[in-house]
This record gives sequence, structure tokens and C-alpha cells, in this order.
Amino acid sequence: MTAPALTDLQRAIIDGYQQHLPSSLTPYQDMASELGSNEADVIAAIDDLIQRGLIRRLGPVFDHHRAGASTLVAMAIPADKLEQEALSLNTFAGINHNYEREHQYNLWFVLTASHDQALQQRLEAICERHPWPVLVLPMEQAYHINLGFPLNWNGGADDVCAKR
Amino acid sequence: MSVQNAEQQLKFLLQQGLPLDSRPYRVLAQQTGLSEEQVLQRIQQWQQEGLIRRMGAIVDHHQLGYNANAMLVFDIPTEQVDLVGETIAASGRVSLCYRRPRRPGWHYNLFCMIHGRCRDQVLQQIAQLRQSLGLSVFPFQILFSRQQFKQCGGDYFESDAKGAANGN
Repeated sequence: MTAPALTDLQRAIIDGYQQHLPSSLTPYQDMASELGSNEADVIAAIDDLIQRGLIRRLGPVFDHHRAGASTLVAMAIPADKLEQEALSLNTFAGINHNYEREHQYNLWFVLTASHDQALQQRLEAICERHPWPVLVLPMEQAYHINLGFPLNWNGGADDVCAKR
Repeated sequence: MSVQNAEQQLKFLLQQGLPLDSRPYRVLAQQTGLSEEQVLQRIQQWQQEGLIRRMGAIVDHHQLGYNANAMLVFDIPTEQVDLVGETIAASGRVSLCYRRPRRPGWHYNLFCMIHGRCRDQVLQQIAQLRQSLGLSVFPFQILFSRQQFKQCGGDYFESDAKGAANGN
């Protein structure tokens, strides 16, 4: 898949507003001023990005530990049951970032809850319904957290993906 | 609604993102019973306290053409793991770097995430990372993602109005 078609305004929004938003009562108006646009166009550009799934939302990222409890979970599921199991797991509250990965432990997801006890209850309910070998891997220390994502719009001359 | 319940409701609503309205905090005010200024003030306070890590656009790597994503895990001696983790973090070459516990049959204690436009690019980045930071001696594995079944924000806050059933 190649990079999706975006307007200059949409690229500027993605480049400029992953880590902060203007801290006024009219953030979209202020973004428009900073970008030399107008508020209606900024809102429409963001709405289009969200509708197309390019950005998931505009807003706060809560700190896992301060906001509640969370853990990474890995399950080893027979290949022929993986998709069905993954979709079934998605119906549990608190499951996100649910990925198939190339490993014996082939399904990896993050489980969140409001506090440790609730997390434990969610985990037990999940393991009861999905009794596969499981690794529960809570974060012990964050050395680097995701503060947004720098995008290389042009790919670059040495882009090893260019031939694809 | 009490102030405490209003704050809880505000956190719940914020998990779905800021309303796309000329006055987004006024929309949230109407939904929580707080004033518009109080809503913004609470959000700013939560940022200062670290409850909110950042405010901004949360991008979908896949949809933006970054289709390859690898979880890179290392088995680092316990007494060295903090130093190695901080070195990797400082390199700016990974999008996150966490320490997690070892488990029976799972010896890896340091987890990094690397995104790229394709598999070869991610493999190249990992080779450069291992070489430039002197990590070649440590056992590692690369777990590329295949299918993305779900990717969304956390579900930490329950709505008082809707009870504990949200998201289910």
C-alpha cells in the first residue's frame, strides 16, 4: 500500500499536532491561524482524516499507570482458530492493540481496566473463555514512551521500500 | 452530578477524543455539567499531573502507509537492562521501549516497537540499532505483526451514566 492522498493542510495537521493542541477554548480556530487556514477547513480536514481512519481521534492520551491498570498479554492459539479467537476476544471490554504476530505466541493485545483488581477480573474472565497458553507481561519500567510519530512523506532516496 | 462524577464522566468522554466543534470544551461542558472553563482547566491540570501524557492527533500507522511493525524483544542481564533501555530510548530509533517481566519459557525482558513502510526497512533499522548501540551480544527476537484485529485507545474510565457496561 502506498501512502494515502492527503491535502497539505492534512499533512500539516499530522506533522504539527501529535504532541500538543493549542490550549485555548477554540483550539481549531487557533490551529487554523497557525496553519494559515480557517477553522471550518481545519475541522473538515480532521473529520476526513478520522473518517478515513488515518487518525483515530484528536485528544488526550492517558498515561497507562496513572489512568488505571494495564498489561500486555500474549496467547498461543492454533493457527486455524486464531481469527475466530481474536474477534471473540475483541468483544471483551478493555482489549485494544490486538495483533497477530509471527511467533508461537501469535496473538498480542493490551488489556486495560480502571484499577488492578478490575484488570485481574478481566484477565480471569478472558482466560476462562480462552484457555490458551498465556503470557501476562505488565510494564515494569518505561524508558521511552510513544510521543507521536514522525512521518517521512517523501520516502527518501535510500528508501528500501521504493521498489515495492 | 457531583464534581467528582462530572470529572469521571469527562475522562470517559475524552477517551473518545475531542469533539469536532468550534467550541469543543463547551460541548463537553454540556455533557458533564461543568463549565467550559472548568473542562479546559481540568484537562490542563491532568496534563500537568501526568495523567494525560499528550493532547493531539493519534495516527494510525497502517493507514498512513507504515505497514510493517515489529516488536523487538531482547534478553538483557537484569543488572544491565536499565542502562540498555535508556540507551535505546535516547537513540530515537524506536517508538517505545519498556521493561517487562520474564516468564517461564519467555526470557525477554526488554521490549521495543519499530515502525516502517515495509519489512525490509524495519529489518534494516533493527540491524542498525543493534550494531550502533553494541547490542549484538544480547539474544533477541523480532515479532512482526501480521493482522491487526483491533487498535483503539484504552478503556480506563467508565461512565457513571452508563455504569460498568460500557464498551461491552
